[in-house]
Amino acid sequence: MKFVGKRLLQLIPILLAITFLSFAMMRIAGSDAVEEMYTARGTVVSDEVMQEKREELGLDRSFMVQYGSWLLGILHGDMGKSYVSGKDVFGSFLSKLPATLLLAAFSLGLTVLISIPIGILAAVRQGRLTDKILRASSFLGNAMPGFFVAMVLMQILGLKLKLFPVISTGVNLRSAVLPGLTLSISMTAKYLRQVRAAVLEELNKDYIRGLKARGISNRVILWKNVMRSASLSIITLLALSAGSLLGGTAIIESIFMWDGVGKLAVDAISMRDYPMILAYVMWMAIIFVLVNLATDIIYHFMDPRIRLGEEEEG
Amino acid sequence: MEEEKLKITKDPDLLRAENLSKVYISRKGGKFPAVDHVSFSMSHGQTVSIVGESGSGKTTLVRMITRLTDPTEGRVYLGGKEITGLTGKNLKPVYQKMQMVFQDPQGSFDPRKTLGSGIEDVILNFGFPAGYKGDRSRRALKAYARSRCIRLLKRLGLSEDFRTRYPGEVSGGQCQRAAIARALAAEPKLLILDEATSALDVTVQKEVMDLVADLRKETGVGLLMITHDIALASQYSDWIQVMYQGKIVEEGETGEVICHPKDAYTRRLMDSVL
Repeated sequence: MKFVGKRLLQLIPILLAITFLSFAMMRIAGSDAVEEMYTARGTVVSDEVMQEKREELGLDRSFMVQYGSWLLGILHGDMGKSYVSGKDVFGSFLSKLPATLLLAAFSLGLTVLISIPIGILAAVRQGRLTDKILRASSFLGNAMPGFFVAMVLMQILGLKLKLFPVISTGVNLRSAVLPGLTLSISMTAKYLRQVRAAVLEELNKDYIRGLKARGISNRVILWKNVMRSASLSIITLLALSAGSLLGGTAIIESIFMWDGVGKLAVDAISMRDYPMILAYVMWMAIIFVLVNLATDIIYHFMDPRIRLGEEEEG
Repeated sequence: MEEEKLKITKDPDLLRAENLSKVYISRKGGKFPAVDHVSFSMSHGQTVSIVGESGSGKTTLVRMITRLTDPTEGRVYLGGKEITGLTGKNLKPVYQKMQMVFQDPQGSFDPRKTLGSGIEDVILNFGFPAGYKGDRSRRALKAYARSRCIRLLKRLGLSEDFRTRYPGEVSGGQCQRAAIARALAAEPKLLILDEATSALDVTVQKEVMDLVADLRKETGVGLLMITHDIALASQYSDWIQVMYQGKIVEEGETGEVICHPKDAYTRRLMDSVL
């Protein structure tokens, strides 16, 4: 608990640093949020109107005052209003989260279900035909860009077989299949190699040779020893992927018109919608810190060497 | 059923290797004979050492004996039964009779499991000893494994609390004692020590070897020592076989080999320790 509390406290300086840097970088970028907003709306307004808008949004104030006022708002649970839609940022952001969570869970679940068994199979059949076929498939999966996989899946599963909608019909499992499959194909290709490498590394260790020489069956060695060790590398991979997926996958979301936070972020960046961008940056920071924390807790329970190291430090 | 698959011969010896060879083939097709037609045998309770420098083929020989590697040619008999072609479940009774202790004590244990768990897994794998009377349930087996593990640890000079320690928490010598306890947990007839003390410092090496020698006297277990250290072999073995470039170049009773070495390589080995 002390460890968890310590890690959560670390989140505060991280969030402060990240939001400050994001704020600063948007300033350095130089473009005018008000000008961008009117251009996007296709409206031509006078300089006076633009200046009034700047004053209304507080953009005429100094950088530090703007940042301080935004920070104060956050502390009171107010993330501000979108420069583009005028809607409450927190509410808008929250409305996109279910889509992102569903897509992340679906694609990650599918990746784990496929890549772990075939990764293990490739490792135990090292050098044989099965391994060669699986490695070639992994190479192919890695080589194909996401948009190409999306188009192939749309063509086959959507247009020809009419199994799944090509364009999202809302936040539902059926609509999540094609974007989820697209994401999981490239992740599976990557994971397969990592799982294979992790299992092989463990299989070649001395203690595994010892277990064999003590008459322990290969099945028991694989599941009780090898997988327990290899799962630590797999968990690290999963954590990284979970972080990226929860941050949204802008290209895939755009292709399938999936209304998640990735698409929201890209729209916000192109419109210089600062409050929305900052909400997204905060979300990403929180996600990565929490995912890393969850990984550390799992490591803590699964690997006694880490636990013992912490005890020694304490 | 598994026993039936073992080919019964009239050989009374504990271990017999007949014409064992292992040839590795390089990527370019070149042949490298790691072990070249080696034959030897040892009896119950005997201590035999195979001595040779690194690369002489002694570890490959042991790997063939323990069925961790298939020989290119030759046969291995354990307790008079041929074990050469056995695989999978059929090897289980073989490993109950033959256990091995490796060079790196820490590396020979799963770093994520306690020493006790490593020892108890062996007992759980082989079950109750022959002739065990009483409750044979899984729970009773676990209780038996635990108490036997503690007894073995104590016999090897380690206190009960070593049962819950991880390999990274103990010294090399303590870990090797636990590894010997683990090997003895199967109640083997043959204990193979593959450079088992070479990673330990000299005083710990002597302590461990003295303990092994005592255990041999107590249990009657046969010892096959694989070592590069001819001095160590001379101290603890009844019989020495000197291996060089995959072949046994000299063998005989320890005193004979040490006092009157016939082969030039044996003399070189002797010179290196004098």
